Amino acid sequence: MNRSTLLVAVAGLWVSLLSSAQAATVRWLHIEQNPEVAAFYADVARRFEAANPGTTVELQYLENESFKKKLTTLLQSPDRPNIIYSWAGGVLREQVKAGVIEDITVPINNGWRERFNPAALNLYTINDRVYGVPMLTSQVGFYYNKDLFAKAGIDGNAIKSWADLIGAVKKLQTAGITPIITGGGDKWPLHFYWSHLAIRIGGKPAFDAALRGEGKGFASETFVRAGELFKELADLKPFQAGYLAATYPQSAGQFGDGKGAMMLMLNGLLNTMKTNAADKVGIPDDKLGWFPFPSVPGGKGAADDTLGGMNGWLVTKGSPKEAAEFLKFFTEAQNQRIAAERGYYVPVVNGASEAVKRPLLRTVAENVSHSKYHQLFYDQMLGPSVGAVVNDISADLAAGRVSPADAANKVQQAWQQAN
Amino acid sequence: MHSTAVVPRRTPVDWWRRLNSGLHAESAAPIGGRLAIALLFLPPALLLFTLLVALPMAEAGWYSFFRWNGYGSPTEFVGLRNFRLLLDNADFRTALFNNGLIIAVSLLVQLPLALGLAVLLADRLRGTDAYRLIFFMPFVLAEIAAGLIWRFVYDGDYGLIAKVWTLFGATPPQVLAEPELAMAAILVVVVWKYFGFHMVLYVAGLQQIDRSLYEAARIDGASVWQTFTRVTVPLLAPTIRLSVFFAILGSFQLFDLVMPLTKGGPSNSTQTMVTYLYNFGVTRMQIGFGSAVGVVLFVICVTFAFGYKRLLMRHD
Repeated sequence: MNRSTLLVAVAGLWVSLLSSAQAATVRWLHIEQNPEVAAFYADVARRFEAANPGTTVELQYLENESFKKKLTTLLQSPDRPNIIYSWAGGVLREQVKAGVIEDITVPINNGWRERFNPAALNLYTINDRVYGVPMLTSQVGFYYNKDLFAKAGIDGNAIKSWADLIGAVKKLQTAGITPIITGGGDKWPLHFYWSHLAIRIGGKPAFDAALRGEGKGFASETFVRAGELFKELADLKPFQAGYLAATYPQSAGQFGDGKGAMMLMLNGLLNTMKTNAADKVGIPDDKLGWFPFPSVPGGKGAADDTLGGMNGWLVTKGSPKEAAEFLKFFTEAQNQRIAAERGYYVPVVNGASEAVKRPLLRTVAENVSHSKYHQLFYDQMLGPSVGAVVNDISADLAAGRVSPADAANKVQQAWQQAN
Repeated sequence: MHSTAVVPRRTPVDWWRRLNSGLHAESAAPIGGRLAIALLFLPPALLLFTLLVALPMAEAGWYSFFRWNGYGSPTEFVGLRNFRLLLDNADFRTALFNNGLIIAVSLLVQLPLALGLAVLLADRLRGTDAYRLIFFMPFVLAEIAAGLIWRFVYDGDYGLIAKVWTLFGATPPQVLAEPELAMAAILVVVVWKYFGFHMVLYVAGLQQIDRSLYEAARIDGASVWQTFTRVTVPLLAPTIRLSVFFAILGSFQLFDLVMPLTKGGPSNSTQTMVTYLYNFGVTRMQIGFGSAVGVVLFVICVTFAFGYKRLLMRHD
């Protein structure tokens, strides 16, 4: 290092020390495992810093499960991150009640609100105050292996009702193909069956009534019936051998390797399958089909009601105003379009989801935007303790270890205990 | 919780032993000197012990009377409700039963195996060191790593089990996915993981037995079995009592081997008390309820530890 660079360095140090009085650091904690998406986050952060001299955005990463488990303690520490990931729902309610989340209603009303679909922002609104912004949406549906379906003589587009699905499962079994792959060891992949059946059977009114504690709540007819139909499927033994121990990533890999014909999953499967398939490719897009969860005859739910996520970001209590400013920058349509174009996720910001080109994601984007009832995952919506019970009973129903009525009763009991 | 294993931290035993020897030594040494040393060396340890052990335990006891999700401070006092829910919970009873099973297998399979191997390897013969090293190796391995390795072994698609079964043309079992098999699979890993530790304890104990006793037994015409039951076992009794103590206490605390293998599943059939605490307390943000599990576990362990010491290890 020569004398002049040293001088510049020292001067730079002084400048940064002096300006640190008004400089702010925004610590941004994310759970993104995909290095490409993380690089996209970092790129947005660098551009924000360039546009706001003196502000630093620090990216921090925690793995999904560790994040969920550490968060309660982390949020109560003075070193808490300023921006955290969220699935909205019950956990968000608890966090807001505990007063660890910043109310961002004022900046939202200042020309930011218009960017979001009202229904999406509504999931981050509690008692008319806004506590976060949604980033991405997702939908649960059946992905299927077109080659295996063709071998068994099934048309994926023709599966419209629950009976069609049962018929397809039987046909696949006759053809010697494992009909369904699932990550039953993680339990939540199985809860999609129970909760989506409930959505098709009872629709929004049944869920809302259960939340309000009307009648028998979660022990009511809708939820018992959901268990019965799920049991009807499980009794056929449609899942791969050892599904009760398989984790979600493991099962995504099995599906990618062509070990089974269908998988009920979020669109995130497209990424997870790729990383976990033996050949690191999995099923190419043109061999991969998708159909929405089948309808149930006589059900009150509409066939285009959707189940999925509405994940986003929260600002923690006591954060500098730059944290919200950064989120505002991050949720600009031009930034979200990048993620959409590259097929990372389906953004919820207006004018961004149109940029999704990948047909398999395009379908999800359109379905969610047309859906009149987008139900958040039960295990997130109902909060951590009741959500875990929903996951438990779903795995037990699949394994035939609980009756549909007892399963519904357990959820109701947990709901009463928690509220 | 991180360092829990079938072999527990040595602290309670060491503490007990040191206290005992301290008391005995005190009567011999000048009291003033002892006191000065105690005053000098006790505070740091006592402070750490209070901050990191006693205080959290007392807090857990306090939390167990509240319904609390971990945010803010607990306010909703529910009396003994958490304990009532706990005892009514079928999964907790399974966890208790599993802990009992682990203890039984530790005592009836693991320790005899360790003792047998120790007797074979106690003599200073060529090659015994290598065998001791090999048998001790599983114990050195981190629990999480050992669990993950065995998860691969048990894998019914790509694992060792799958390979062996397909070699014979059979359909491989999905060991960890069958509620009936999963617990047995865990027990195998527990025995494999910890028998080496007990074996080393026994080898150390055996080497302290006076060789001339064996010589005398041989001269008196004792059979191998007689020598074993009349000389080895009685003289090894203090070591056996210690290893039983470790095995039982460690069985109560088993956690980090189960998590990578089954996480307590399928259908909560392989929960232990500590995995139950984690899955039903921490994960579900029911800190009050989880604390109640902790209190139950603590009471069981303390009752056992002191009861056992008092009844069986009094003279050791």
